[in-house]
Amino acid sequence: MTSTSTAPTLILGARPYGEEPTDILLAEGRILAMGEQARGHAQDLEKVHELDAAGLLALPGMVDLHTHLREPGREDAETVETGSRAAAKGGFTAVHAMANSSPVADTAGVVEQVHRLGRDSGWTEVYPVGAVTVGLAGEKLAELGAMAESSAQVRMFSDDGMCVHNPVLMRRALEYVKTVDGFIAQHAQEPLLTEGAQMNEGDVSAVLGLPGWPAVAEESIIARDVLLAQHVGSRLHICHVSTAGSVEIIRWAKQRGIDVTAEVTPHHLLLTDELVRGYDPVYKVNPPLRTAADVEALRHGLADGTIDVIGTDHAPHPTQAKECEWSAAAMGMTGLETALPVVIKTMIATGLMDWRRFAEVTSEAPARIYRHSQQGRPLQPGEPANLILVDAESTQTVDPGGHASKGRNSPFRGMQLPGSVRATFLHGHPVVLDGALNSPLKQSQAQRKVTS
Amino acid sequence: MRHLLSTADLSRTEALSILDTAEEMAAVSTREVKKLPTLRGRTVVNLFFEDSTRTRISFEAAAKRLSADVMNFSAKGSSVSKGESLKDTVQTLEAIGADAIVMRHWASGAAAQLAASDWTDCAVINAGDGTHEHPTQALLDALTLRRGWTAARGEDPRGADLAGMRVLIVGDILHSRVARSNIWLLRTLGAEVGLVAPATLLPVGVQKWPVSVFYSLDEALASGPAGGPDAVMMLRVQAERMGGAYFPTAAEYTRRWGLTDDRLAQLENHRTAAGAQPMILHPGPMNRGVEISAAAADSPMNQVLDQVSHGVSVRMAVLHLLLSSSERNTA
Repeated sequence: MTSTSTAPTLILGARPYGEEPTDILLAEGRILAMGEQARGHAQDLEKVHELDAAGLLALPGMVDLHTHLREPGREDAETVETGSRAAAKGGFTAVHAMANSSPVADTAGVVEQVHRLGRDSGWTEVYPVGAVTVGLAGEKLAELGAMAESSAQVRMFSDDGMCVHNPVLMRRALEYVKTVDGFIAQHAQEPLLTEGAQMNEGDVSAVLGLPGWPAVAEESIIARDVLLAQHVGSRLHICHVSTAGSVEIIRWAKQRGIDVTAEVTPHHLLLTDELVRGYDPVYKVNPPLRTAADVEALRHGLADGTIDVIGTDHAPHPTQAKECEWSAAAMGMTGLETALPVVIKTMIATGLMDWRRFAEVTSEAPARIYRHSQQGRPLQPGEPANLILVDAESTQTVDPGGHASKGRNSPFRGMQLPGSVRATFLHGHPVVLDGALNSPLKQSQAQRKVTS
Repeated sequence: MRHLLSTADLSRTEALSILDTAEEMAAVSTREVKKLPTLRGRTVVNLFFEDSTRTRISFEAAAKRLSADVMNFSAKGSSVSKGESLKDTVQTLEAIGADAIVMRHWASGAAAQLAASDWTDCAVINAGDGTHEHPTQALLDALTLRRGWTAARGEDPRGADLAGMRVLIVGDILHSRVARSNIWLLRTLGAEVGLVAPATLLPVGVQKWPVSVFYSLDEALASGPAGGPDAVMMLRVQAERMGGAYFPTAAEYTRRWGLTDDRLAQLENHRTAAGAQPMILHPGPMNRGVEISAAAADSPMNQVLDQVSHGVSVRMAVLHLLLSSSERNTA
C-alpha cells in the first residue's frame, strides 16, 4: 500500500516519551493538536488516516550527525537513496552525510549534489557535511565559506575518517568556521600513533598479534582540541568517542565551560574487543572496539550528559571488503537500522536513562548542535511533525539481509535486540508504516516545508 | 583435532600426542627408506603468501615421507598477485581436491579465518600467520627441549612433559609469532617461561601473560633457583626493526640483548639441576653478530640443526594426526 499524497494522520493512544497515552493529529507537516483536542480537530479535516498506536511510544524523529552515504563514488556500497531508506526505517528524520565520498565533499558542487540527491529521495532529510581540508588531506583548508553559502547551507565540517592532526590547521579551521556560524567535528586519531593499527591496543591485541590502536591516540587529540577550542572560542564536536579516558577529558573540558560536544556510536556502547578473537572483519571499525571498562564509561558518560549525542557512524561496505584477511578488510559497520534497539538495550533496559533523555541524545541534542529549526523539536502542537512510533516491548533478531542499506556488514547479526521502529513521519508524511517503508515525501512537499 | 591453528588451543594431552607421534616419525626418518604409506592418495597443498623456503620444504618433506601428493602454491607469480581473494584461491584448491592446506600468510588470523569459513572442508595447518602464531615451530622447539630435558635425566622422552624446566625467550616478542606459540605451548607442558626484551619489543598487556619479564638479559641469565636457565631461545631481529624507534642501533641491541661470547661463556659454565649445560635454540635464519655471536651459533649447545630435523618429524606427526584421524567428508 503506497500513498502518494500526504493525508492528515490521527495517531491514537501513543505514549509521548513513554508517558501517558494520548492522541496526536498530524496535518500540513505539523503536529496540529494533541490530547482530547486531536480528535475534535480531526473531524474538521478530510480523509484523515487513523493509526492505532496503543502500546507504542512517540518520540521525536532521530537525527544522525554521522552517516556515510558513499555517494558520489562508491555507489556499490550505498547510495543516497538506499542510505535514506535505511535511515527512515531506523527512525531517523535527518542524517548528516560525511564528506569522505569520491570526489570528496570539499566544494560547493559536491555538497549541492548530495543535498539534491537527498531531497529527490525524500525518505529522510540529508545534510551534507563539508570537508575541513581539501581532499581530506589535512594540508589546506577547503572552501568552507563556499559550502556554507551553497544551496546545501553546510554548517558542519569534518574530515571524518581522517584526523585534522596538524595543530595549526585545526586552530585555523576552528577560527574560520566562526565566520559561517559552523562547527568542526573532529575524528580524533593521532596518525603516527596509529600507523598500521588494526584493533584496540591491549590484552587482546597482544595475544592476536595485531598492531594496536592505543587509547592515547584518541585522548591526546581530544585534549589538544578542547584547549584549542577554548583558546579561539569556537565550537568543537568530537566524533565517535571510544575510550574511558576521552570521557574524562571531555567532562573536564565541559566543567571549564569549553564549548565542546561529543558523540558515541551504538556499537561502542555494546561491543568490545573480545569479539576480535575470531578475526571476523565485521568487527573491524575505526575507532576500534574497546574494552568492557570503556563501554561502561561511555554508557555513564552518555547518561550524565558528558556525551551529548548518539551518532551511528553508519559505514556500509560491499561484501568483498569484509570477506578477506582482517588486515586487508575495510573499517566500518552499518548502524542506521540497529541504532534504536542498541540504545534501548544498553541505556534504557539497563535503567541508565529514561525516554526523555533518549529523545535528547538521539534527536534534540544533535539538532541543537547543527542549529536545525525543524528537527529535534518537542512533541507539542505547532511543532514540525518529525516523529517516530516505537514498539519498545518487541524483540527482533538482527538480519542484515533484510536491511534497506546495501551494506550487510552489521556486527549485530543474529543478536536479539529489544524495540523496533513501527512508523516514521517526515514532515507529517509516513515514510515508514507498520515497520516497513511506505512512500517518500514528494519533493514539492519537502520544498514547501523547507521554505515555510 | 580438525585443524592446527594455535598452540593456545592445544590441551596437554593433544600436545603430548603430537610430540609422541613425532618421536615415532623421527625413527622413520633415520631408516634407509624414509617413507610411510599413511597418506597415500591424499593431497597436501602448501599455500604460501609469504616467502619461507625453510618452512615450506620442511612441510614438503613431511608430506612426502607420508606418501601424500604435495602441491606448492606460492602467492608470487600466481593469481594472488593479480588481486585474487583468499576465498577464491582456497575454493580453487578445494576444487582441485586438496585434503589439507598448509598456509603461511602475512596477515594475523588468516588461518583461523580459513578454518572458520565455509570456503573449504580441508584440514588447515597454520604455518605462520602474521605476528600471531607459528604452532609447528613451537612444537618442534618443544620436541627439541624435551629430548634434552629427558636425556639429561636418562629418561625416555615419550610421554614426558616439561614440568619444572626454565626457558628464556629473548628478543622481539612483540612481532614474533614464534614467541607467542612457544609461550602458550611451554606453559601447557609445565615449563616456566621468562621473556627478555627491551620494553619497546614487548606487547602492551604482557603483564597478564603467565610469564616473568626481564628487561636485562644478564639479570635473566642469572635468575632462578639454579642460578641460570635450562634453555635460551634467541629470536631473530628483523632488519626493519633496526635503526627504528624500537632500539637505537643494532650495536646497542647486541650489547644488551645479544648472545655474545661473554654470555655464551657464562652459559657454558652453568649447570642445570640435572647437571647438563643449558640448550640454545634459534628458529633460524640466524643473524650472526646481531642477536647471536658466531661462537654461540656454532656452539655444540646450539640445537639449531636438530630443530630443523625435528621440524620434519613434528610436521609429519601433525599431518598424520589431522588427516588419518578423520576421514574427509566427501558428501
